[in-house]
Amino acid sequence: MNLTPELAEYHVKIRDIAREYGLDFFETIFEMLDFDQINEVAAYGGFPTRYPHWRHGMGFEQLDKGYRYGLQKIYELVINNDPCYAYLLSSNSVVENKLVIAHVYGHCDFFKNNMWFSKTDRKMMDRMANHSTRIRQLIDRHGQDPVEDLIDRAQSLENLIDLYGEFVDDKDPWLKPVVEDADAEDDRAVNLKVRSKTYMDGFMNPPEVLEARRKKIEGDAEENARLPGGPQRDLLSFILQHAPLEQWEWEVLNIIREEAIYFAPQRVTKIMNEGWASYWHRRIMVEHILDDSEVIDYADTMAGTLAEGPALNPYKIGLELFLDIEDRWNKGRFGLEYERCQDLHAREIWDTNAGLGREQIFLCRKIHNDVTFVDEYLTEEFCHRHKLFVYRFNPRTRRREIVTRDFATVKEQLIRQLANGGAPVIEAVDVNWKNRGELYLQHRHEHQDLRQDWALSTLRNLFALWKRPVHVETRLEGKPVRYSCDGEEEITQIIGDADAE
Amino acid sequence: MVRRIETDYQRFRQIVRGRIKRDLRKYISNGELLGRQGKETISIPIPQIELPRFTFDTGEQDGVGQGGGDPGDPVDGDGEGGPGEAGDGEGQHTLEVDVQLDELARILGEELELPNIQPRGNADIAAERDKYTGIRRIGPESLRHFKRTYKEALKRQIAMGTYDPDNPVIIPVREDRRYRSWKVKHNPEYRAVILYMMDVSGSMGTEQKEMVRIQAFWIDTWLRYQYKDLQTVYIVHDAVAKEVTQHEFFHLRESGGTKISSAYQLCMNTIEDRFGGDEWNIYPFHFSDGDNWSGKDTSTCIQLLREQMLPISNVFCYGQVKSAYGSGQFKRDLDQAFGEDDRIITSGIPDRDGILQSIKDFLGKGR
Repeated sequence: MNLTPELAEYHVKIRDIAREYGLDFFETIFEMLDFDQINEVAAYGGFPTRYPHWRHGMGFEQLDKGYRYGLQKIYELVINNDPCYAYLLSSNSVVENKLVIAHVYGHCDFFKNNMWFSKTDRKMMDRMANHSTRIRQLIDRHGQDPVEDLIDRAQSLENLIDLYGEFVDDKDPWLKPVVEDADAEDDRAVNLKVRSKTYMDGFMNPPEVLEARRKKIEGDAEENARLPGGPQRDLLSFILQHAPLEQWEWEVLNIIREEAIYFAPQRVTKIMNEGWASYWHRRIMVEHILDDSEVIDYADTMAGTLAEGPALNPYKIGLELFLDIEDRWNKGRFGLEYERCQDLHAREIWDTNAGLGREQIFLCRKIHNDVTFVDEYLTEEFCHRHKLFVYRFNPRTRRREIVTRDFATVKEQLIRQLANGGAPVIEAVDVNWKNRGELYLQHRHEHQDLRQDWALSTLRNLFALWKRPVHVETRLEGKPVRYSCDGEEEITQIIGDADAE
Repeated sequence: MVRRIETDYQRFRQIVRGRIKRDLRKYISNGELLGRQGKETISIPIPQIELPRFTFDTGEQDGVGQGGGDPGDPVDGDGEGGPGEAGDGEGQHTLEVDVQLDELARILGEELELPNIQPRGNADIAAERDKYTGIRRIGPESLRHFKRTYKEALKRQIAMGTYDPDNPVIIPVREDRRYRSWKVKHNPEYRAVILYMMDVSGSMGTEQKEMVRIQAFWIDTWLRYQYKDLQTVYIVHDAVAKEVTQHEFFHLRESGGTKISSAYQLCMNTIEDRFGGDEWNIYPFHFSDGDNWSGKDTSTCIQLLREQMLPISNVFCYGQVKSAYGSGQFKRDLDQAFGEDDRIITSGIPDRDGILQSIKDFLGKGR
């Protein structure tokens, strides 16, 4: 820690206040850096030691130019580790840095307590440094170009991990013994039926419906037979296990995957994490720390971070959601009775003095991720009060336009945007397609097409690892298509007619 | 010690410049150099390389936003979040920079590594400017240096023992007062003129004109940054040449044949009439798609250039825009006639992405 005496004093004060509020965090170490240093650290994703790669250099250039031209600066940078490390920008004003310290403690509490972070490596700082050393060794041995090319490829597949995969118990279905159960067949037949009284059976379970169900189950079984354990979402892990890689290639790929997995919880809790931290810095600053003379600067900074953009600002929406939940649970605006109340006026003044707000938000920060959080707590009132809307690109006017403010549509769109960290769900369904050792991927298409040129380029990268032809099945403009790459060229094939999804 | 990021950064720059890993070049999103053009500011995207991934087709994706407006109203801005930056290093940002034109020229110079121009001519037009450089004890009250005066008074009061920390009243007396003093500086100023000539014959389409417009804008910006007093002349030609306003220059669409010598002749006349003498730095630029009426006219052009234009110009630049109809013969003819002569620069502009390189060709010599 190299804080100025003034900040060091505030730091202790803020930390103690945070503890009193019930925040629970790892020890947090603050470092004061100048903009050049903070940009460097930020370019490495918050870690002082990362493996060498040009993408970090690119990130640095953007941060650097953004700062020099006065467009943006980094306020805060905190990494999930035990102890937590956080960086402060030395040129920020004291008010800003106090705010950041309070904000950081919000993040640290979230890192430690949110269940989606529970499986992350808390010694990631060390592990990243080890990765860096290892990659440097491999570069020395095999040359910069091959290693870098491989990293490029791996990064192009980096989003093909199972974001929630750390919570699946048996990660490797190949190691799971296949139990042949003689009675399984009979069980299945019974399960087809809806339970009913005997005399109703003919109506509840008409033979043609049973037949359809049986076919579906068989179809599923056939699908699953292609891969034991069913489709695989963690493609990087899948490639690690099954692609013909050399030892060093395996190591590099594994490093990229481990780091991607480490960052995964941050991708799925952006709104919550920022909302939670903003909630706490607001409370701590306003109720305890802020000096009269600092109010304007504080308000100015707040206004900056919480600005309503045309796109949704995670800081803003997250903070507002937490405030809304706290308010509703304090006033008892939840549960069946409230939900069923049709009287607008009664809802307006509803207050049972339940006082459960604080408890409820701590519960949220413990168990939710962005998707479940929005699903559970984004109410119609909230949607209208905060003027949420859905926009769409209008090709005629060549600009994005507001389409609707309808609550159901907004919520559906928001959840869709957040699901799987905003990335398409792509699974491996067959490793031996057409009995030719070709890898077959399936995109679970929901509403949105894949970007075609990129999909094809990505396949090329995948081919380089798999070393046999690779395919991905998806939809393009309503038609089922298959993109393939056999190492020579990428092709797009339409494999069916347009039909409703 | 070389910082770690420096190696990564250099590697990235090398890829962008196409020195290594050429297969990545196709992923560079340079964007159009001339982005939005606000009142006094302009935005330029910074090059970045995006590795391909399985992603959704972004441009036309629906999204959720926040704010006022009715269905059908446009959503302004381009969809990046607030100024804060969370700590996970994810997320794509297209950096768009809003800058003043002067600043822009400096950035352009840095990005393209353009050398500063060495002006010619005697800088006998000197501008006088007062520069406040020092402090003195006498002067008009309007130039009193408040802080220095205060310090002097404070020093004196402490020395005299009349300073009371509990009641820190400082009263300057006459001897404490300090005033700003100035020197007169003579700044040599150079004058320059750009003469833009453009072929507006039938074969130059909208896209070709747009490319010329973008390029002319950047050349203008750079030269304005280098010369305080820059004049511009716009000449268009098909079979005959005429001088036009800037607006006409970019919007006029003539048709018919192409006689390049007509433009060169008019250009020479203009120089002789209005920009004669030694004190002018002269920059003729000519843009065309490379078709000329006849070989005979081309010889006239070359003769005009060699005997009249080149001796008085800093540099003559010819930019050839690729069009569906143009043969591109003229550039070959010029190259053949002048070869290594560094008073003339020719550059082909295949498409919008080629504009940057072409600007570098023209201005990279620092003439």
